[in-house]
Amino acid sequence: MSTGPVNPVSLERPPLSDTLRKQSPVIMLGTLLLINAIFTNNFFTIDIVWLIIIQCATIILTGMGQTMVIATGGIDISIGSQMALAAVVCANMLPYGILPAIIAAIIACAVMGLISGFMVGKLHVSPMVVTLSMLLFARGVAQVINDGRILYIDQYKNFEFLGQGKILGELPMQIIPIVLVVALVYFIIEKTAWGRRIQAVGDNPTAARLTGINATGTVISAYVLSAMFAAMAGLVLVSKVGAADGSNMGRLAELDAIAAVAVGGTSMAGGRAKVMGTLLGAIVMQLITITVVMNNIQYEYAQILKSAIIIFAVFIQRESRA
Amino acid sequence: MQQEYLLEMRGIDKAFTGVKALTKVDFSVKRGEVHALMGENGAGKSTLIKVLTGIYHKDAGTIIFDGQEIAPKTALAAQALGISTIYQELNLVPFQTVYENIYMGREPRTKVGTIDRRRMIRDARQVLEGMGIAIDVQEPLRRYSTAIQQMVAIARALTINAKLVVMDEPTSSLDAKEVQVLFDVIRRLKAQGIAIIFISHRLSEIFEICERVTVLRNGELAGVFDIEELDTQTLVNSMLGRSFTNAQRSKGGYAYDEAEELARLEGISWNVRLNGIGVDIKKGEILGLAGLLGSGRTELCNILFGSEPPDDGSIFWLDQPGDIRNPRDAIRLGMGYCTEDRKVEGLFLHLSVKDNLTMAMLPQLTKKGVVQKKKQDAIVQQYIDRLKIKTPSSEQLVRYLSGGNQQKVLLARWMCMNPKLIILDEPTRGIDVGAKAEIEALIQEFSANGISVLMISSEMEELVRNCDRIVVMRDGKKLGELTDERITMDDIMDTISHGASAILLAKEGEQA
Repeated sequence: MSTGPVNPVSLERPPLSDTLRKQSPVIMLGTLLLINAIFTNNFFTIDIVWLIIIQCATIILTGMGQTMVIATGGIDISIGSQMALAAVVCANMLPYGILPAIIAAIIACAVMGLISGFMVGKLHVSPMVVTLSMLLFARGVAQVINDGRILYIDQYKNFEFLGQGKILGELPMQIIPIVLVVALVYFIIEKTAWGRRIQAVGDNPTAARLTGINATGTVISAYVLSAMFAAMAGLVLVSKVGAADGSNMGRLAELDAIAAVAVGGTSMAGGRAKVMGTLLGAIVMQLITITVVMNNIQYEYAQILKSAIIIFAVFIQRESRA
Repeated sequence: MQQEYLLEMRGIDKAFTGVKALTKVDFSVKRGEVHALMGENGAGKSTLIKVLTGIYHKDAGTIIFDGQEIAPKTALAAQALGISTIYQELNLVPFQTVYENIYMGREPRTKVGTIDRRRMIRDARQVLEGMGIAIDVQEPLRRYSTAIQQMVAIARALTINAKLVVMDEPTSSLDAKEVQVLFDVIRRLKAQGIAIIFISHRLSEIFEICERVTVLRNGELAGVFDIEELDTQTLVNSMLGRSFTNAQRSKGGYAYDEAEELARLEGISWNVRLNGIGVDIKKGEILGLAGLLGSGRTELCNILFGSEPPDDGSIFWLDQPGDIRNPRDAIRLGMGYCTEDRKVEGLFLHLSVKDNLTMAMLPQLTKKGVVQKKKQDAIVQQYIDRLKIKTPSSEQLVRYLSGGNQQKVLLARWMCMNPKLIILDEPTRGIDVGAKAEIEALIQEFSANGISVLMISSEMEELVRNCDRIVVMRDGKKLGELTDERITMDDIMDTISHGASAILLAKEGEQA
C-alpha cells in the first residue's frame, strides 16, 4: 500500500510547493531586479543589458553543458580547465587562421570530454573523481603548451571581434554563441529522443538500460558536449581578454556553472534538466555581482550573497520526502 | 487494571488541502492481538497509520494509547511511546552490520563514552535468538535475504520496547517459507503481549495470522470483523463495496502441442542461481514460472532479456540462435520486460507519464532524432484510455500515480511496441484488488492477441488463475511442468516439495 499515493490530493495534482519550486528562478530574478530598481541608480539602462550579456556569456555556455551532465546524474568540474585549454590551443593555432584555431580548440576539449565520459559512462568511475582528475590534467596540458607563460593575441583583430565586437549597433557579439548554444541545448532536451534519454539515464540508470537505452553512449555524449561548450566559453573569454593564460583562465568557472544549474532548478541528483532555468540562474549569479558592484559594496559580499542564494535554491528544490 | 484495548483511535479526521482522506475513522487494537488493517489503495490505511505514528497530524479525533491520550508530533515521539513501524521499504543501512542496524541512533555507551560494541553484539544476538533467528550479527546486513533483513527491522523495533508494532506489507517480498518464519516471530511477539497491526494484500495471510480485521474504504470505516466469523467473500466485498466473485480459472483448451515455439532456452547456467535449466515458450501462451524466492525465476528472465549474459547455455528465438547481448537486442526481437521492482528498475520517477510510457518506443516516434509530438501524444492518450490509467494528464509526473496506475504505465510501455513476448515479474505486487483484476484481464488479452506472456508471481493463485502452463523451478532447475487440469495450487506445492520424485515419475510414465 505504501507504493500508492501519499495522500489523495497527490492523485489530483502535484502540491503547491511544486509550482513554487518550478518558478523559483523567475522569482529570484524578479527579486533581484526589484532590489536594483529601488537601490541602484541608473540600473534600468540598456548598457546594463549589454553588460549582462558580455559578462554572463561564459557562465551561460558552461552552464548549458553542465545542465546536460548533471541531468545524467553526473557532474563536470573540469570545465574551467577546459576553458583554459581551449584558450591556449586557440592562441597557438591563430597563426594558421581563425577558423582552424577555433576548430582545434573545440576538438581538443571534445577529446577531453570523451575521456571523462568514457571513464564515467563505461568504466563507472565516480564523476566527481574523473572530472577532478580532468581538471588537473587539462590545466596541466594548457600550462605545458604555453610553457607557463601568457600568450598575447592582440594582433589578431578579427579574432578579438568575437569577444569585443558589436553587431546590429550596440549588441555584443557574445549574444551569438549564447543564443546558438541555449537554443541547441533547449532543442536537445525538450524535443529530441536524445534529451529524453539523458534525463532517463540520470533518473534511473537501471530502468534506462532495461528500456533499451544505450546508457554509456548517452553519458559520454553529455560530457563531450559539456567540454565543447566549455571550449566555446574559453574562446569567448580569450578573445575578450586578448591573451591566453593557461594558469589562471577559467579558474573556478565550474562553480559558477554548477551554481547556475542549481539555481535554475535542474535536479542535482539527475533526471531533470531545466535549460531555461540554467539561463536564468546564470543571469541571477551575474546580477548579484553587478548589484553589489554598482552599489559600491565590496566584491567579497557578492560571494557571500551568492552562496546564500545557491543554498536557498537547492533548499527549496529539495525533494519533498514521500 | 489494564484496559482491554491497547490502542483506541476515535473519530479520526484528516484532510489534505480540502480533500478528505479520513472521515471519522474508529480503529482499536487489543493487547497482544494481531489486527489486520485492510482496504484498497487510497482507502486511507497509510494515512491512518501515519497519523498514528506521528508522520501526519490528525485534524480531529482522539488517540488513546496504553490508557493515555497521545498526539505524537514526530515518528520519533511515537517510537518513544512504544509504537514501532516496519515499513515495506526497509529503513535499514545495508552496508552496516546487523547489530549496528539494530542499535542505530541509540548505541549503548561504555563508561568512557565510546560505543559499547561488545554489548551491542551480545544483545543483538540475544534478541534475534529470542525470535528464533540465528545469524552472524557482525556480518553486513546486505549479505542476508530480504526476509532476514525484515527480521532485523523487527528486532530493532523490539529493542525499543515496542508495545505496538505496525507491519506495512511485511510479506510482499518474502517467499512462502519466509512468510512462515515471519509468522512464527509474530506469534512469539503476541505471546509477549505485543500487539501487531498487520497490513497485507494477501488475503490468505490475513486469515492465517490475524484475529481481527478492520476494513477501510474511501477514508471511512467499512467494518470490523472477528476472523472466525469472516469469509473471503465478505472481506473482499467489504473492501470493494461491491460484489466481487473470485476469478475462477477460465483457461483451458490451449492447443499446446500444436502451438509454434517462440523462444527456447537451453541448458542455461548463471552464477550459482541457474543450473542448466531449459524452458520453451510457445506463441500466445501464458507461461508461469512458479517456485520459491531464490529459485532462479527472476534470473532466468534477466538472461532471456539480455540483462545478464549466461555463463553457459543458449537462447533460440523463432528457432534461430538468438543473439541477445543486451536489453536493446531483446527489445529489437520483440520482447518487453516489466521488472519486479517498479520503482528501482522500471519507472523514471521524475519524468512524466508520457515520457515513461514512450521511453522504449522513442526510436519509432522520432524523425531524425526529433520526437514527433503529435504521434507521441496520440499513442499516450490511446493507452491511457485503453488501460484506464488514472492520471490528470499525460504530463503528470509518474511518481504521483498510485502503484496500480504506475504498473499500467509500465505495461503500456511494452504494449505500444507490439511485442511478441512480454515478461512480467510480479505484475500485481503491491497493487490493490481492483487494479489487480484489471491487470490480470490485460494479461489474458495479450494472449488472446497472440502475444506470449512469461509470468512470475509469488501468489500461486494468480498463476493458477492465469497460466496455460506452469514451469516449477527450484535451485535454478526445472522440477516439472504443469498443464491443464494439473494446474492447481496443490500440484504446484507438490512439485516444489517433491520435485525430484515428480520428474522421475513423469519419466517412468513416458516409458510405460
